[in-house]
Amino acid sequence: MTDVIAPPAVAHAHEEEHGPSGLMKWITTTDHKVIGLSYIITSVVLFYIAGLLAMGIRVQLITPSGTFISFQQFNELFSMHGSIMLYLFAGPFAFGGLANYIVPLQVGAPDMAFPRLNALSYWLYLGGSIMMLMGFAVAGGAANFGWVAYAPLSTSTYTPGAGQDLWVMALVLTGFSAIFTGVNLVGTIFYLRAPGMTMFRMPIFTWNMLVTAILILIAFPVLTAALVMLFADRHFGTKIYEVVGCHMASGAPDAHACGSSVLWQNLFWFFGHPEVYILALPYFGMVTTILPVFSRKPVFGYKTLVFATMAIAALSTGVWAHHMFTTGTVLLPFFSLMTLLIAVPTGIKFFNWIGTMWRGQIVYKTPFLFCFGFLLGFLMGGVTGVILAAPPLDFFVHTTYFVVAHFHQVLFGSAVFAGFGGFYFWFPKMFGRMLNDRLGKVHFWLLFVGFWLTFMPQYIVGLRGMPRRVASYPADLGWQSWNIASTIGAFLIAASFAVMLVNLWVSWRYPVSAGDNPWDAHTLEWFTTSPPPHHNYMHLPMIRSERPTWDYNHPTSPSIGVHGARYATATPGRDGPSGNGHPPGGNGSGVHAGEASASRAEGASGGSGGGDAGGQPGAAGEPGGSGEPGGPGGEGAP
Amino acid sequence: MRTESRFLIGVGAFFGVIAISYWFTAYEDGGTMMLVGVTALGFLPGSYYYFWHRRFRGYKYFFWGRTERVVGTRPEDRSDATIEDGAGVVSSFPGSSVWPFILGSGAFALLLSFVFGLWLAMVGGSLILTSLVGVTAESRRGGHH
Repeated sequence: MTDVIAPPAVAHAHEEEHGPSGLMKWITTTDHKVIGLSYIITSVVLFYIAGLLAMGIRVQLITPSGTFISFQQFNELFSMHGSIMLYLFAGPFAFGGLANYIVPLQVGAPDMAFPRLNALSYWLYLGGSIMMLMGFAVAGGAANFGWVAYAPLSTSTYTPGAGQDLWVMALVLTGFSAIFTGVNLVGTIFYLRAPGMTMFRMPIFTWNMLVTAILILIAFPVLTAALVMLFADRHFGTKIYEVVGCHMASGAPDAHACGSSVLWQNLFWFFGHPEVYILALPYFGMVTTILPVFSRKPVFGYKTLVFATMAIAALSTGVWAHHMFTTGTVLLPFFSLMTLLIAVPTGIKFFNWIGTMWRGQIVYKTPFLFCFGFLLGFLMGGVTGVILAAPPLDFFVHTTYFVVAHFHQVLFGSAVFAGFGGFYFWFPKMFGRMLNDRLGKVHFWLLFVGFWLTFMPQYIVGLRGMPRRVASYPADLGWQSWNIASTIGAFLIAASFAVMLVNLWVSWRYPVSAGDNPWDAHTLEWFTTSPPPHHNYMHLPMIRSERPTWDYNHPTSPSIGVHGARYATATPGRDGPSGNGHPPGGNGSGVHAGEASASRAEGASGGSGGGDAGGQPGAAGEPGGSGEPGGPGGEGAP
Repeated sequence: MRTESRFLIGVGAFFGVIAISYWFTAYEDGGTMMLVGVTALGFLPGSYYYFWHRRFRGYKYFFWGRTERVVGTRPEDRSDATIEDGAGVVSSFPGSSVWPFILGSGAFALLLSFVFGLWLAMVGGSLILTSLVGVTAESRRGGHH
């Protein structure tokens, strides 16, 4: 154990003490940054795998009776595509990866509250991921009952086989991983904030992660319990969801011996709908963090955003049965009303995001573009969500490609657009080097075009009646041309992520030093070095608003008017487009006196042109072409 | 502590209302039980944090038992706190530890045994027990720095 002591005015970072090296260092780490990066790399690898599975689905659907893969393989592909994307990528990438890395930095903590539990979370997640993928290697193939595993299809009668059991057990493991991470996040946020970092000065990303952690604690135990019961049904002869073999001798159904397959849907969606917001809220937080930085303004309506996040999370737990309208067993008005209500706080968020950009000096860097793509994609997904919330319309399009397009626009919009926007945004902090901005824009535009080309045709083909989860379809219904368009879009998406690999390779091979604060960003994580030292902070700035780093770098334009900002001797005024003559590289010079930070100041001056006249947040992508070989953090990109 | 407690008590209060309204509109057991569970999930830690909020304000219990000793709020709860106010031991953090990996491997093997046979449970169980002993001893001894 290391007692982390914070002497006056100096925080807790230090050189990493000597310990194991090499592979053992990774295996035995309890550092939230290493664990967070492990999460990010693992989940992005799984994202590529699941993306390849999706390509198999799209190739199969080019022709009405495709022969690219068998029907059995098709079932495996869409089941594993959905399972990996939802359970192993979108969630862990956000709350295991970026949140793990960023939240302790944003609140000024030396580490997560329970570092060893944090490490255990990662190993459980990795084990669960391997276990789920092992399904492809066993006889009978991987899980093929869809990512929702509806009973009675998921009972041993209809889907026997080890692949399904592996899927169930993998989700038990990753479920515990998520629960532990949720506890860890709550503990970190409640107990390890820096002095002056009151709850209502936390960055919105941290707020959203707190709300997400509560949602995890609400949702995941229900899933784990439901999965254990499903496994008992499959192997131990219980009849919780089972509806076969429970007849009396006369042949009449015996209600007391029978399970209820709708019970699975109730339990699953009590997890499943909060899960949708577990996947969305962290990405809302990323967007809310990125948009103000590139609009050169404080976020518009800080408290409103916090309460809108809470409202979304609260309502999302009361809407689970809107996935079950067509079962005829749920109370339609209750769930329809609750679902429609979610549009209100989400609309408030959109209002605030637009208000943040409004009259800002927008800098079109890659992270901003990704967030913009998120706004458009998520808006379309949200609007069609309102359509689906109305039971009469849902009866019509349920289980069609309309639903597929809807949730892909919601989840792709958040997890991919906002998620990789956050990846581009925080990559300099994690590796101390930039990602190429031009390649990032190529990535964005290919992805943007591909995204709309993939999913807009699916709305149309869904409205024309094409059901989801089919490997072939009638040739005479005019569905083929839409499917071909969708497949072309999918290939564009795949190409865009090939560009991202190129970008990572360029960053690894030709590093461009990032400095501490390449974007002239607002929140605390940009105050420390890139990558941050062990236990994160050599110094902490005074925290008087939700933008401590900005206040520190722009002493003549503190966050007046931002909630919580109280400057006894604040100088009124703001540095507008003309600038107030801060020395460039204000992040470093003079303030970090001491040998530990002298080199940092030099590193920062390349990238962070904080107060330069045009209000540009640094020459981030091309800082003078100085091309310093081997920026801080010599290890390569993933 | 006040915002933390309000946040969690708010969770409990909201789901209390939803649970009651759901029960009296849908008369459905499963959903009601889960909503009641969420209500408890909000109220239990929320009242704990409220208790500490009141303790910091000088009350021995929630509303009564006023003591002379007023602890005051934590520096992270005060909007005018300086970094110096947080001086001292932040917390005790473990150094590198192999036991989370062993424990995770044990859980992996244990759950795999449900699919591939109980012999794996012996592997998993022994790994889990070893790591539980190891992590406890490490906490007492101090572990690697």
